Amino acid sequence: MVDSFAVLIIVSTIASGIRLATPFLLASLGEALGQRSGVLNLGVDGVMLIGAFGAYYTVLQTNNPYLGLLVGIGVGVIMGVFYGFITLYLQAEQGVSGIGIYLFGLGMSDLLFQKFVGTPRPILPFMPLHFPVLSDLPVVGEMLFQHSIIVYIAFGLVPVMGFILKHTTYGLNIRAIGENPEAADSLGVSVTATRYSAIIIGNSLAGLAGAALAIELGIFQQNLTNAMGFIAIALVYFGAWSPKGVMIGSLVFGLVQAIVLQCKTFGVIPRSASDLAAMAPAIITILALVVVAKRFKQPSALTKPYVRGS
Amino acid sequence: MRDAVLIKIEPRPEPSRVMRYCSPLLAALLMLISGLIIFTLLGKNPVEAFHAFFVEPINDFYGLGELCIKASPLMLIGTGLAVGFRASIWNIGAEGQLAIGALCGGAVAVYFNQSSSGFILPAMISAGAVGGMLWASIPALLRTKFNANEILVSLMLNYVAILLLAMLVHGPLRDPDGYGFPQSVLFGESATLPIMIEGTRLHVGVLLSLAGVVAGWVFLEKSFTGYQIRVAGGAGRAATYAGFEYNRLIWIGLLAGGLAAGVAGVMEIAGPIGQLLPSVSPGYGYAAIIVAFVGRLHPGGIFLASLLMALLYLGGESGQMNLDLPSAVTGIFQGLLLFYLLAADFLVNYRIRTKSSQQEGN
Repeated sequence: MVDSFAVLIIVSTIASGIRLATPFLLASLGEALGQRSGVLNLGVDGVMLIGAFGAYYTVLQTNNPYLGLLVGIGVGVIMGVFYGFITLYLQAEQGVSGIGIYLFGLGMSDLLFQKFVGTPRPILPFMPLHFPVLSDLPVVGEMLFQHSIIVYIAFGLVPVMGFILKHTTYGLNIRAIGENPEAADSLGVSVTATRYSAIIIGNSLAGLAGAALAIELGIFQQNLTNAMGFIAIALVYFGAWSPKGVMIGSLVFGLVQAIVLQCKTFGVIPRSASDLAAMAPAIITILALVVVAKRFKQPSALTKPYVRGS
Repeated sequence: MRDAVLIKIEPRPEPSRVMRYCSPLLAALLMLISGLIIFTLLGKNPVEAFHAFFVEPINDFYGLGELCIKASPLMLIGTGLAVGFRASIWNIGAEGQLAIGALCGGAVAVYFNQSSSGFILPAMISAGAVGGMLWASIPALLRTKFNANEILVSLMLNYVAILLLAMLVHGPLRDPDGYGFPQSVLFGESATLPIMIEGTRLHVGVLLSLAGVVAGWVFLEKSFTGYQIRVAGGAGRAATYAGFEYNRLIWIGLLAGGLAAGVAGVMEIAGPIGQLLPSVSPGYGYAAIIVAFVGRLHPGGIFLASLLMALLYLGGESGQMNLDLPSAVTGIFQGLLLFYLLAADFLVNYRIRTKSSQQEGN
């Protein structure tokens, strides 16, 4: 009896860990693509926030969570066009311009929320998918096969992005530009166009991540993401710029969050301990940065604007 | 054939000095114009909103005092950050360094709460300075020893610091007679910065910030290390520079930011706040990054930029009270100001020319 209760809790914790990992995964896959091409985007959190509000408002009006996801992507595309212009054409310092995007997104999402919604109203969340046979499997079914579509999209993107980076011309161009833009340029690869596309795809994934978060939670509020976007950036380092590594990192963070939530629900840990647990992502990230910096090399051209002939 | 006017963007032979100084002004102007548009879109009378946002907060002595109080941490932190930024050391962690500074200074004040010694304030400020520098030394150490990216390490430490402060104010630093509210005891007179002008909240910490800006100017413009920093920044982010070590500049750059932010944190709790709260800064650490850039990484410019940024904070509060404008507008203005500056900076290195197509000969 006790055993089956324990199994139930473990299963539901893992299932919620996978759900919580999803926004991290989407955002950090996008960031990884951008960084591979040599562009650091510190504004992920701001893009996620606007994407989250866009999706929330769309679902509030239409009751259609899928439309919400599309709006999240759309918001990301717009922000990507904007960030690409600042970074690629105006050659702004990437360590700083992203902070501007963050502050702008934080303010804009809150402003729009207060203007158009005011008091928080819950929205229709995703319906979990139901797979014949698989979803009904004991234990495994609840852990893996009763999630909403966005979870499968996010995890499905991992092999897709891995394939694109490794086996397509576009992926090769991205990697080449991130390592040695001069050489790529001399071979006729457009550095600006390729980076622009990577930035736009990356930002649209950040917008999608925000949308997934808002719809999963069924709510929007000021600073909904609570720095998830910054963690997502760190996850790229954690995962050493590979989609698979980023996925593992996202799962670790999702699970840590799920365990903390579970402990809070059961009142197992005192307040001070849950404060310490809240610090865990940031501290793990710093440790990961140290380990990764020692063992892996970041894309050589990361944060360096490309000016032909300089 | 009609003449088509071509707009041509070409690199300047040399960066324009005029544009370097004009681009912050241009950015501020564009921000104001955007502000009027945003006010209008929010359904407010733009003139009225402009008045409430940018004029009303500072049309009396009290308001001017508030402006200086808000500008004080921004100019101090901005100057400290500029030391690092000039050498391309990106310390994004001032918000956390400020929180740790406030925590250390506040701990001194709470511990010596009964004392009326004149040494309390200097001790608080020293504790804050040390705390801020210790916090900033973490990214410096990890960068120099392990080559860990200082942008991300300093950023992540913000969250650790803010949680640490909140945790301790909920715990050991809480006022035992405070009915369980998460706040420390109110600081006594000996732990509070004296007010300079009756009827305002203008405290002597503002003078300390000004002194910090001047010291920053002397250091950056007149010292040999300041010269090395300029050279290092100008040469880009290579690992070594002729004759001097980049690692030393990394330490100096990060510690300067930590020092300034730590002291600013103490001045917040010993000044306008008067006690330790779980949160002591409305994002000054991030806003100071923008201040440093809008001020051209020059202490004089940073002083002016801090006044503008302080006005954005005050305007946000005033707009919220008088016009029911969401306070989030402040963040939008901050972000826009930075974007416009980055955009206007393009004109420092490039110029736009219009030519008719016939002159071009095609």
